[in-house]
Amino acid sequence: MDITKRYRSGTIVTEILMIVLGIVFLVPFYFLFVNSVKTFGDLLTSAAALPKSIEWGNYSRAFDITNFPTALWNSVLITVVSNVLLVVICAMAAYYMVRNNSRFNRFLFVIFVAAMVVPFQSIMIPLVKVTSTIGLMDSIPGLIICYLGFGVPMSVFLFHGFVKSIPLEIEEAATVDGSNAYGVFYRVVFPLMKPMLVTVFILNTLWIWNDYLLPSLILQSGKLSTIPIATFAFFGQYTKQWDLALPALVMGVLPIIVFFLFMQRYIIEGITAGAVKG
Amino acid sequence: MRKGENGMNHKKTSRLTQQVVFVGPAILFFILIIAIPFVLGLYYSFTDWDGISGKATGVGFDNYKQIFMHDSSFRDSFWFTAKFTILGVVITNVAGFFLAYLLTKPLKTRNFLRTVFFMPNVIGGLLLGFIWQFIFVKGFSALGSATGISFFNLPWLGTENTAFWALVIVFVWQTAGYLMVIYISSLNNVPKDILEAAEIDGASRFQVLRSIIIPLIMPAATVCLFLAISWSFKMFDLNLSLTKGGPFGSTESVAMNIYNEAFSKNRYGLGTAKAIIFFVIVAVITSLQVKFTKSKEVEA
Repeated sequence: MDITKRYRSGTIVTEILMIVLGIVFLVPFYFLFVNSVKTFGDLLTSAAALPKSIEWGNYSRAFDITNFPTALWNSVLITVVSNVLLVVICAMAAYYMVRNNSRFNRFLFVIFVAAMVVPFQSIMIPLVKVTSTIGLMDSIPGLIICYLGFGVPMSVFLFHGFVKSIPLEIEEAATVDGSNAYGVFYRVVFPLMKPMLVTVFILNTLWIWNDYLLPSLILQSGKLSTIPIATFAFFGQYTKQWDLALPALVMGVLPIIVFFLFMQRYIIEGITAGAVKG
Repeated sequence: MRKGENGMNHKKTSRLTQQVVFVGPAILFFILIIAIPFVLGLYYSFTDWDGISGKATGVGFDNYKQIFMHDSSFRDSFWFTAKFTILGVVITNVAGFFLAYLLTKPLKTRNFLRTVFFMPNVIGGLLLGFIWQFIFVKGFSALGSATGISFFNLPWLGTENTAFWALVIVFVWQTAGYLMVIYISSLNNVPKDILEAAEIDGASRFQVLRSIIIPLIMPAATVCLFLAISWSFKMFDLNLSLTKGGPFGSTESVAMNIYNEAFSKNRYGLGTAKAIIFFVIVAVITSLQVKFTKSKEVEA
C-alpha cells in the first residue's frame, strides 16, 4: 500500500516535470506562429505577447514572394519520384545480392557499407563537375538522379538485412508453380518487404524533403526552387523583415509537420527499424 | 550432350541478365554519383584546379602541405567542429536517454510528450536555423525584458561563445527526440524479470540504472552515438542559416570551410584536398567509436 502510494506520487512529479519540459520544447513553435500574424511594429515591440490584431496579409505577401506553390510542387515531385525509384531499385538489388551470394555481390555489399561513412561534403565539389559534364545541372531529373546515387548505399543496406529474414521456402514454392525470377520477386518477395519499404520510405523522405545543400548546388541558376531553396533565397533578399519571413517559415514547415502527424506511427517504427539494422 | 551444354550456356546468360536487371541500376547510379566523384576528388586534391578553366595542373602534395602548415582557418574550423561534436553528442545523448527513461514510465501524457519531443526533428536544419535566429534575436530579448532573467538578455548570436552555445542548443533541441525514439525501443526490450529481481534484492533506482539498464542498452548507444557524431561533424544547413559561420568566422564548421574554399574562393583543388582530409577524419572517428561501444555491449 505504502509502496504504491509513494510510487504514484513520484510518477506525478515526473509527469508534471515532463509536461513543463514539453512546453519548453514547444516555445519556439509558439514564437513562430504567434509572430507570423503580427504587424512589423507589434512584432518588434512585443515578440512574446499574443498578437494585437491578426494580419493574414503577411501570409499572402510571403506566399507571392516565395512563389510558394511552385516550390511546394517541386519539393513534392522530387521527394516522391526519388523515393519510388529508390525503393524499387534498392529492393531489387538487395534481394538479388542476398539470394545470389556470389563473390562479386559480397564485394559490392562491402563497398556500399563503406560508402555510408563518406560525408556528402567530401564529394560535393567533383560531383558538381560530373553533373555538369553529363548535363544534370539545373534540372529536376538531374537532381533526382543525384538522390538515387546518394540513397543507394543505405537503402540497399536496410533491404539487405531484411531479405535475409524472408524464408527461402516461400520463393521455392512460387518457382515450382512456374514463376520466373522476376515474377517471384514482384509477386512474392516485394509484397513481403512492406515493413522495410515503409522504413526506407520514411528515412529517405525526411532526408530529401529537408535537404538544402545538394539542391543548392544542382539548381544553381535559381530558376528552379524547392522549399529550402526558396526559403534561403527569400532570407537573402528580405533580411530582418520578420513580418514576411515568419509566415514564409510557417508555410515551409507546415507540410512536413502535417506529414509527421499523420504518419507518426510509421515514422517512429521506421526510425527504430532503421536504427536496429544500422 | 550438346543440348546439355546449350542449356548450361542459356542458364549462364540468363543469370547474367538477372544480375544486370536486379543490381544494374543501383550500381549505375552509385558509380555515377558517388564512386566517380570520389575518385575525381582524390585526383583533384593533387592539382591546382580552379573550377572554371577546366585546366588542372598537378602540384603534388602542395595542397595538403598548405592545409596542414599554413591554413589557420581550416584549423580553427576543425577545432570548432570537434568542440561542437563533443559537447553536442554528449548532451543530446544524455538528453535523449533521459527523455526515453522518463517516458517509459507509466505517464498519462507519455504518447503526447513523445510526439512533442520528436517533432523538431522532422524540420530541416536550414528552416530550423532561421526560426531560431528569430528566437535568439527577438524572442529571447522579449522573454528577458518580461522576466528579467539575464540568460535571455545575452547577445546570443553576437559573441563567439554564445553563438557556439546557440548552435549546441538548437542541435540538441533538434536531435534529442530522434535518439529518444531509439532509446525507448531499447529500454522496452530490457527484460522485466531482471528489473524486478534487482528491486527485490534491494537495489536502489540509481544502482538499477547504472548496473543493469545502461549495460543492456549499449547496442542503442552504439547507434545513437554514431548518428549524433555524424550529424554534428557534417553539420552545414543549420550552421549556414543560424550563424553563417559568424561572428568573425568563429562558428565556421569544417563542412562550411570546404564549401567556401571551393564555391566562394574558387580554389577547387584546395577544397577537394580538405574534403579528402574530412572524409578520413570522419571515417576514422566513426569506426573507432563503433568499435569502442560495441566492446561495451553485453547480452541480457
